[in-house]
Amino acid sequence: MTIDHAPPDLSTLSKNEPLALEPVTPTAGSRRRAVPRWLRRTVGPLLLLAGWQVLSATGVLHRDILASPGTIAAAAGELISDGTLPAAMGISLQRVAVGLLLGGVIGISLALVSGLSRLGEDLVDATVQMLRTVPWVGLIPLFIIWLGIGEAPKIALIALGVAFHLYLNVYAGIRGVDEQLIEAGQSLGLGRWGLVRHVVLPGALPGAMTGLRYSLATAWLALVFGESINADAGIGFLMNQAREFFRTDVIVVCLVVYAFLGLLADAVVRTLERLLLQWRPTFQGK
Amino acid sequence: MATDIPGQVSPATAGPVSDGAVAVRVEGLTRAFDGRPVIDRLDLTLRPGEFTALLGRSGCGKSTLLRVLAGLDRDIEGTVLVPKRRAVAFQAPRLMPWKRVWRNVLLGLDGKPQRDIAEGALAEVGLGHRSGAWPKTLSGGEAQRASLARALVREPDLLLLDEPFGALDALTRIKAQRLVAELWQRRGCAVLLVTHDVEEALLLADRALVMRDGVIAYETPVALDRPRAVGDPGFAALRSRLLTELGVDEPVPTGAAA
Repeated sequence: MTIDHAPPDLSTLSKNEPLALEPVTPTAGSRRRAVPRWLRRTVGPLLLLAGWQVLSATGVLHRDILASPGTIAAAAGELISDGTLPAAMGISLQRVAVGLLLGGVIGISLALVSGLSRLGEDLVDATVQMLRTVPWVGLIPLFIIWLGIGEAPKIALIALGVAFHLYLNVYAGIRGVDEQLIEAGQSLGLGRWGLVRHVVLPGALPGAMTGLRYSLATAWLALVFGESINADAGIGFLMNQAREFFRTDVIVVCLVVYAFLGLLADAVVRTLERLLLQWRPTFQGK
Repeated sequence: MATDIPGQVSPATAGPVSDGAVAVRVEGLTRAFDGRPVIDRLDLTLRPGEFTALLGRSGCGKSTLLRVLAGLDRDIEGTVLVPKRRAVAFQAPRLMPWKRVWRNVLLGLDGKPQRDIAEGALAEVGLGHRSGAWPKTLSGGEAQRASLARALVREPDLLLLDEPFGALDALTRIKAQRLVAELWQRRGCAVLLVTHDVEEALLLADRALVMRDGVIAYETPVALDRPRAVGDPGFAALRSRLLTELGVDEPVPTGAAA
């Protein structure tokens, strides 16, 4: 095994001709930061609001089509001060919370059963995958027949949407745990329960958090659908009532509340992720 | 099935081993994958406190043998006797990323071991100051040392090392090899080091084995004084012999180079 080290052929380079060099100029000094970024980013939405207000004030946008931002703000103030909105929000939040809890328990339990054992997988996974293909919104008529028009079908709808998302992500999370870590755990003398507790479940946590985020989004969607069927309280009820009286301002207030609650839920999940997944060696952005 | 035996075996059961004590006894071990035997009626005996290097080409079954000894692969035929207290350090550190370093070290220990036990083991590998860190913040060499501490805290009678330096850069590897030599001399446990690096085997081991065709095909004692260096007399001859056994012929030095 010998390797030749021949020097590169330099004969084509002329020694009389110097290389043309070009300067690499630094960019740091030339950066202009007159307007802060966050301020620039608020300009777009503000312009939209202003345009909307102008269209409403000039009569181009009739109040039966869409109320002006000012009217909406006034309606929101009114709904909050007379207690209607807080009460409706309380009821809607309670529905989501109960549905989330119920669906969470069902979805995570099923995911554990099918994720941790081959037998469980054969029994549970095929069934869940089959049921998953049914669009859950399509089950509303059946739920009304089975559960009536009270709280039960609304909560069942939310629980159903939540359960599928959590099941899929927790199951995928469990099955995605690195085989090498399981083996390391075995070599350290961990038993079956020890492996589940110290290796499998923590390893499935990122998947579970993704599932939680999806299922929260689904929960709000299910809430909107559920409350549009015969609700006598809650934000959906407020919206239905407003529709009867052409109160577009109240409808928009309700939409804003839905959006706000969705944002709030997302913030909760983000905080949970920051606390529970701080060990993750992933790119966090700069 | 792998059977647990205490580290010290009474002479009556020792069988073919003349001096009585064995740390590992393997007789007629066969492990086949889809009918193709990777380990084929293999015999192996390790003495307590002996540092053995197991060499072999890629895919010769040396890592499979280590996994069998670790009790991770039990789909086997033959007799395998290993101590109850044994520990493995893999090529990748395999730390649980969701546990801080000290919790990783204590993972799987019986009872409720306290943090100071982990810190003792970490200090022994020079990682006492990183005990509260997340594994993601460790460098490659630090993670491998943490993995060693995790193995040592179990006070093993048999330490199995599966190419533990393979993924380290050249400088870190030299330090890690020295650390392993020190730890072995202090602890006095039997060590089986699986490697494809002949120099590494000759620097560390009392005995070098070459695995080929599913059996231990060649074995030689490494009777060099410690601490050893690559340039020691006798080193080159052993190295050349082992390389030949591994199927790599060394280049014949030309007159100009010599």
